[in-house]
Amino acid sequence: MLYKAEVKVTLKKGVLDPQGSAVEGAVKSLGYTGVPQVRIGKYIELWVEAENAEQAADLVNELGRKILSNPITETFTVTVTESADRLVQTGVK
Amino acid sequence: MRFGVTVFPGTNCEMDTYHALREVIGVQTDYVWHQERDLSRYDAIVIAGGFSYGDYLRTGAIARFSPVMESLAEFAARGGLVLGICNGFQILCEAGLLPGVLLRNAHLQFRCGWTHLRVENAATAFTGATTLGQTLKVPVNHGEGNYYADPETLADLNRHNQILFRYATADGDVTPAASPNGSVENIAGIINRSGNVAGMMPHPERACEPLLGSDQGAYIFKSMVNCLTAGSR
Repeated sequence: MLYKAEVKVTLKKGVLDPQGSAVEGAVKSLGYTGVPQVRIGKYIELWVEAENAEQAADLVNELGRKILSNPITETFTVTVTESADRLVQTGVK
Repeated sequence: MRFGVTVFPGTNCEMDTYHALREVIGVQTDYVWHQERDLSRYDAIVIAGGFSYGDYLRTGAIARFSPVMESLAEFAARGGLVLGICNGFQILCEAGLLPGVLLRNAHLQFRCGWTHLRVENAATAFTGATTLGQTLKVPVNHGEGNYYADPETLADLNRHNQILFRYATADGDVTPAASPNGSVENIAGIINRSGNVAGMMPHPERACEPLLGSDQGAYIFKSMVNCLTAGSR
Protein backbone atom coordinates (compact mmCIF):
# COMPACT_ATOMS: atom_id res chain seq x y z
CA MET A 1 0.00 0.00 0.00
CA LEU A 2 1.23 3.47 -0.85
CA TYR A 3 0.87 6.14 1.80
CA LYS A 4 1.50 9.84 1.67
CA ALA A 5 3.22 11.33 4.69
CA GLU A 6 3.26 15.03 5.37
CA VAL A 7 5.96 16.26 7.71
CA LYS A 8 5.92 19.73 9.22
CA VAL A 9 9.22 20.83 10.69
CA THR A 10 8.99 23.85 12.97
CA LEU A 11 11.51 25.78 15.04
CA LYS A 12 11.39 25.18 18.76
CA LYS A 13 10.13 27.98 20.97
CA GLY A 14 12.92 30.37 21.86
CA VAL A 15 15.04 29.63 18.79
CA LEU A 16 15.67 32.85 16.91
CA ASP A 17 13.96 32.88 13.50
CA PRO A 18 15.41 35.74 11.46
CA GLN A 19 13.42 34.73 8.36
CA GLY A 20 10.17 34.79 10.33
CA SER A 21 11.09 38.16 11.83
CA ALA A 22 11.81 39.58 8.37
CA VAL A 23 8.44 38.40 7.03
CA GLU A 24 6.77 39.68 10.19
CA GLY A 25 8.31 43.09 9.53
CA ALA A 26 7.13 43.01 5.90
CA VAL A 27 3.58 42.13 6.97
CA LYS A 28 3.61 45.05 9.40
CA SER A 29 5.00 47.39 6.76
CA LEU A 30 2.07 46.44 4.51
CA GLY A 31 -0.13 47.99 7.18
CA TYR A 32 -1.52 44.82 8.81
CA THR A 33 -1.65 45.29 12.56
CA GLY A 34 -3.18 42.00 13.75
CA VAL A 35 -0.20 39.73 13.05
CA PRO A 36 2.04 39.80 16.13
CA GLN A 37 4.30 36.93 15.10
CA VAL A 38 5.50 34.94 12.08
CA ARG A 39 7.61 31.76 12.32
CA ILE A 40 8.90 29.87 9.29
CA GLY A 41 9.32 26.11 9.05
CA LYS A 42 9.45 23.40 6.40
CA TYR A 43 6.80 21.20 4.83
CA ILE A 44 8.00 17.87 3.44
CA GLU A 45 5.97 15.26 1.52
CA LEU A 46 7.07 11.64 1.36
CA TRP A 47 5.44 8.68 -0.37
CA VAL A 48 5.96 5.49 1.57
CA GLU A 49 5.39 1.82 0.74
CA ALA A 50 4.14 0.11 3.90
CA GLU A 51 1.71 -2.57 5.04
CA ASN A 52 -0.39 -0.20 7.07
CA ALA A 53 -0.59 3.44 8.13
CA GLU A 54 1.06 2.75 11.49
CA GLN A 55 4.08 1.18 9.86
CA ALA A 56 4.34 4.11 7.45
CA ALA A 57 4.12 6.60 10.34
CA ASP A 58 6.82 4.73 12.29
CA LEU A 59 9.18 4.88 9.35
CA VAL A 60 8.57 8.58 8.72
CA ASN A 61 8.98 9.39 12.42
CA GLU A 62 12.34 7.62 12.33
CA LEU A 63 13.36 9.66 9.27
CA GLY A 64 12.14 12.78 11.04
CA ARG A 65 14.49 12.14 13.93
CA LYS A 66 17.44 11.00 11.81
CA ILE A 67 17.51 13.43 8.92
CA LEU A 68 14.44 15.60 8.33
CA SER A 69 14.87 17.66 11.50
CA ASN A 70 17.67 18.76 13.79
CA PRO A 71 16.47 18.04 17.33
CA ILE A 72 18.56 20.89 18.76
CA THR A 73 16.43 23.55 17.12
CA GLU A 74 13.45 21.85 15.50
CA THR A 75 10.43 19.67 16.21
CA PHE A 76 8.20 17.92 13.69
CA THR A 77 4.77 16.41 13.24
CA VAL A 78 3.79 13.60 10.87
CA THR A 79 0.45 13.03 9.16
CA VAL A 80 -0.09 9.86 7.11
CA THR A 81 -2.91 9.31 4.62
CA GLU A 82 -3.63 6.65 1.98
CA SER A 83 -2.18 8.06 -1.17
CA ALA A 84 -4.74 8.69 -3.88
CA ASP A 85 -2.34 10.71 -5.97
CA ARG A 86 0.18 9.19 -8.28
CA LEU A 87 3.82 9.69 -7.45
CA VAL A 88 4.97 13.15 -8.42
CA GLN A 89 7.36 13.14 -11.37
CA THR A 90 10.73 14.15 -10.03
CA GLY A 91 12.62 14.54 -13.26
CA VAL A 92 12.90 13.52 -16.88
CA LYS A 93 13.38 9.79 -17.26
CA MET B 1 52.64 13.08 8.84
CA ARG B 2 49.74 13.19 6.41
CA PHE B 3 46.71 15.44 6.23
CA GLY B 4 43.49 14.69 4.33
CA VAL B 5 41.11 17.32 2.95
CA THR B 6 37.57 16.05 2.40
CA VAL B 7 35.71 16.72 -0.82
CA PHE B 8 31.92 16.35 -1.02
CA PRO B 9 29.79 17.29 -4.00
CA GLY B 10 29.51 21.06 -3.50
CA THR B 11 32.71 21.53 -1.48
CA ASN B 12 34.55 24.54 -2.93
CA CYS B 13 37.41 25.35 -0.54
CA GLU B 14 39.37 22.13 -0.94
CA MET B 15 41.98 23.62 -3.29
CA ASP B 16 42.69 26.59 -1.00
CA THR B 17 42.97 24.25 1.97
CA TYR B 18 45.20 21.82 0.07
CA HIS B 19 47.42 24.70 -1.08
CA ALA B 20 47.73 26.16 2.42
CA LEU B 21 48.63 22.81 3.97
CA ARG B 22 50.97 21.60 1.26
CA GLU B 23 52.64 24.74 -0.04
CA VAL B 24 52.58 27.06 2.96
CA ILE B 25 52.68 24.75 5.96
CA GLY B 26 54.58 22.03 4.06
CA VAL B 27 52.82 18.85 5.12
CA GLN B 28 51.87 15.93 2.91
CA THR B 29 48.25 16.35 1.94
CA ASP B 30 45.68 14.39 -0.08
CA TYR B 31 42.16 15.06 -1.19
CA VAL B 32 39.75 12.60 0.43
CA TRP B 33 36.64 11.86 -1.63
CA HIS B 34 33.33 11.56 0.22
CA GLN B 35 33.07 7.87 -0.73
CA GLU B 36 36.36 7.01 1.03
CA ARG B 37 36.09 4.55 3.90
CA ASP B 38 39.72 4.13 4.86
CA LEU B 39 41.31 7.02 6.76
CA SER B 40 44.00 4.91 8.41
CA ARG B 41 46.91 6.65 6.64
CA TYR B 42 45.96 10.10 7.94
CA ASP B 43 46.99 11.92 11.09
CA ALA B 44 44.59 14.78 10.60
CA ILE B 45 41.49 15.42 8.50
CA VAL B 46 40.33 18.89 7.49
CA ILE B 47 36.71 19.15 6.37
CA ALA B 48 36.93 21.96 3.83
CA GLY B 49 34.26 24.59 3.37
CA GLY B 50 31.71 25.05 0.63
CA PHE B 51 28.11 24.05 0.07
CA SER B 52 28.03 20.27 0.33
CA TYR B 53 24.90 18.89 -1.34
CA GLY B 54 23.80 22.45 -2.07
CA ASP B 55 23.03 23.06 1.61
CA TYR B 56 19.75 21.22 0.91
CA LEU B 57 17.48 20.51 3.90
CA ARG B 58 19.95 22.02 6.39
CA THR B 59 23.62 22.89 6.00
CA GLY B 60 25.67 19.72 6.44
CA ALA B 61 22.58 17.56 6.94
CA ILE B 62 23.14 15.33 3.92
CA ALA B 63 26.95 15.24 3.93
CA ARG B 64 26.92 13.75 7.41
CA PHE B 65 25.46 10.50 6.03
CA SER B 66 28.21 9.97 3.45
CA PRO B 67 30.63 7.03 3.81
CA VAL B 68 33.59 9.24 4.73
CA MET B 69 31.71 10.64 7.72
CA GLU B 70 31.20 7.16 9.11
CA SER B 71 34.96 6.57 8.90
CA LEU B 72 35.58 10.04 10.27
CA ALA B 73 33.57 9.28 13.41
CA GLU B 74 35.79 6.24 14.00
CA PHE B 75 38.89 8.27 13.16
CA ALA B 76 37.86 10.88 15.74
CA ALA B 77 37.03 8.22 18.32
CA ARG B 78 40.59 6.88 17.92
CA GLY B 79 41.93 10.37 18.69
CA GLY B 80 42.71 11.60 15.16
CA LEU B 81 42.70 15.37 14.70
CA VAL B 82 39.66 16.73 12.86
CA LEU B 83 39.17 20.38 11.88
CA GLY B 84 35.92 21.48 10.25
CA ILE B 85 36.05 24.83 8.49
CA CYS B 86 32.81 26.69 7.69
CA ASN B 87 30.63 24.02 6.02
CA GLY B 88 32.93 21.53 7.76
CA PHE B 89 31.89 23.00 11.12
CA GLN B 90 28.23 22.72 10.08
CA ILE B 91 28.76 19.06 9.08
CA LEU B 92 30.47 18.24 12.41
CA CYS B 93 27.53 19.75 14.32
CA GLU B 94 24.97 17.85 12.23
CA ALA B 95 26.95 14.65 12.78
CA GLY B 96 26.89 15.22 16.53
CA LEU B 97 30.70 15.30 16.73
CA LEU B 98 30.43 18.86 18.04
CA PRO B 99 27.58 20.30 20.13
CA GLY B 100 25.19 22.99 18.88
CA VAL B 101 24.13 24.08 15.43
CA LEU B 102 24.79 26.87 12.90
CA LEU B 103 21.70 28.90 12.04
CA ARG B 104 20.97 31.52 9.40
CA ASN B 105 22.91 34.75 10.05
CA ALA B 106 20.80 36.96 12.32
CA HIS B 107 20.67 39.77 9.72
CA LEU B 108 19.82 37.27 6.94
CA GLN B 109 22.73 38.48 4.82
CA PHE B 110 25.59 36.47 3.43
CA ARG B 111 28.84 37.78 4.90
CA CYS B 112 32.17 37.74 3.13
CA GLY B 113 34.93 39.75 4.75
CA TRP B 114 37.61 40.01 7.39
CA THR B 115 36.94 39.25 11.02
CA HIS B 116 39.16 39.20 14.08
CA LEU B 117 39.16 36.18 16.34
CA ARG B 118 40.20 36.35 19.95
CA VAL B 119 41.87 33.17 21.12
CA GLU B 120 39.95 31.91 24.16
CA ASN B 121 41.90 28.72 24.76
CA ALA B 122 45.51 28.50 23.58
CA ALA B 123 46.19 25.09 25.10
CA THR B 124 44.65 22.90 22.39
CA ALA B 125 45.85 20.93 19.37
CA PHE B 126 44.44 23.69 17.14
CA THR B 127 45.66 26.78 19.01
CA GLY B 128 48.91 25.68 20.67
CA ALA B 129 50.96 28.06 18.49
CA THR B 130 48.90 31.08 19.61
CA THR B 131 48.75 32.87 22.92
CA LEU B 132 45.65 33.37 25.05
CA GLY B 133 43.87 36.59 24.12
CA GLN B 134 45.77 37.03 20.85
CA THR B 135 43.63 38.24 17.94
CA LEU B 136 43.87 36.55 14.55
CA LYS B 137 42.74 38.27 11.35
CA VAL B 138 40.84 35.61 9.39
CA PRO B 139 38.02 36.03 6.85
CA VAL B 140 34.49 34.63 6.97
CA ASN B 141 32.33 33.66 4.01
CA HIS B 142 28.93 32.31 5.01
CA GLY B 143 25.18 32.78 5.21
CA GLU B 144 24.61 30.37 8.07
CA GLY B 145 27.26 30.85 10.70
CA ASN B 146 25.09 31.92 13.59
CA TYR B 147 26.19 29.49 16.31
CA TYR B 148 23.45 28.39 18.64
CA ALA B 149 23.39 26.02 21.59
CA ASP B 150 20.89 25.76 24.42
CA PRO B 151 21.89 27.48 27.69
CA GLU B 152 22.87 24.20 29.32
CA THR B 153 25.21 23.21 26.46
CA LEU B 154 26.63 26.71 26.40
CA ALA B 155 27.39 26.64 30.12
CA ASP B 156 29.02 23.27 29.59
CA LEU B 157 31.20 24.59 26.76
CA ASN B 158 32.35 27.48 28.94
CA ARG B 159 32.94 25.28 31.97
CA HIS B 160 35.19 22.93 30.02
CA ASN B 161 37.03 25.66 28.17
CA GLN B 162 35.74 24.43 24.80
CA ILE B 163 35.35 27.82 23.14
CA LEU B 164 38.39 28.34 20.91
CA PHE B 165 37.60 31.70 19.29
CA ARG B 166 35.21 34.59 19.71
CA TYR B 167 34.62 37.33 17.14
CA ALA B 168 36.26 40.49 18.41
CA THR B 169 37.48 43.90 17.30
CA ALA B 170 41.06 44.21 16.04
CA ASP B 171 41.98 45.18 19.61
CA GLY B 172 40.43 42.04 21.01
CA ASP B 173 37.20 43.44 22.43
CA VAL B 174 34.32 40.99 22.14
CA THR B 175 31.39 43.20 21.12
CA PRO B 176 28.11 42.37 19.35
CA ALA B 177 29.18 44.61 16.44
CA ALA B 178 32.35 42.55 15.93
CA SER B 179 30.28 39.45 15.13
CA PRO B 180 29.42 38.92 11.46
CA ASN B 181 26.46 36.65 12.13
CA GLY B 182 24.85 37.04 15.57
CA SER B 183 26.43 33.93 17.11
CA VAL B 184 25.59 33.35 20.75
CA GLU B 185 28.41 34.80 22.91
CA ASN B 186 30.25 35.76 19.68
CA ILE B 187 31.37 32.15 19.27
CA ALA B 188 33.44 31.59 16.12
CA GLY B 189 34.97 28.20 16.89
CA ILE B 190 34.70 25.38 19.43
CA ILE B 191 36.39 22.11 20.31
CA ASN B 192 35.02 18.82 21.63
CA ARG B 193 35.57 17.65 25.18
CA SER B 194 38.36 15.24 24.21
CA GLY B 195 40.23 18.03 22.45
CA ASN B 196 40.71 16.41 19.03
CA VAL B 197 37.71 17.69 17.03
CA ALA B 198 37.32 21.40 16.33
CA GLY B 199 35.04 23.50 14.17
CA MET B 200 35.24 27.13 13.10
CA MET B 201 33.25 29.32 10.71
CA PRO B 202 36.17 31.58 9.60
CA HIS B 203 38.53 30.34 6.89
CA PRO B 204 42.14 30.03 8.14
CA GLU B 205 43.20 28.54 4.78
CA ARG B 206 42.46 31.90 3.17
CA ALA B 207 44.77 33.74 5.53
CA CYS B 208 48.06 31.86 5.37
CA GLU B 209 50.16 34.24 3.26
CA PRO B 210 50.78 38.00 3.59
CA LEU B 211 49.80 38.42 -0.07
CA LEU B 212 46.24 37.48 0.89
CA GLY B 213 46.02 40.19 3.54
CA SER B 214 46.86 38.04 6.55
CA ASP B 215 48.97 35.05 7.40
CA GLN B 216 47.49 34.56 10.84
CA GLY B 217 45.26 31.66 9.83
CA ALA B 218 48.45 29.62 9.54
CA TYR B 219 48.70 29.52 13.34
CA ILE B 220 45.86 27.01 13.37
CA PHE B 221 47.48 24.56 10.94
CA LYS B 222 50.90 25.06 12.55
CA SER B 223 49.36 24.24 15.92
CA MET B 224 48.03 20.97 14.49
CA VAL B 225 51.43 20.11 13.01
CA ASN B 226 53.20 20.96 16.28
CA CYS B 227 50.78 18.78 18.20
CA LEU B 228 51.31 15.83 15.85
CA THR B 229 55.09 16.33 15.80
CA ALA B 230 55.22 16.34 19.57
CA GLY B 231 53.33 13.05 19.42
CA SER B 232 51.16 14.15 22.27
CA ARG B 233 48.29 12.26 20.69
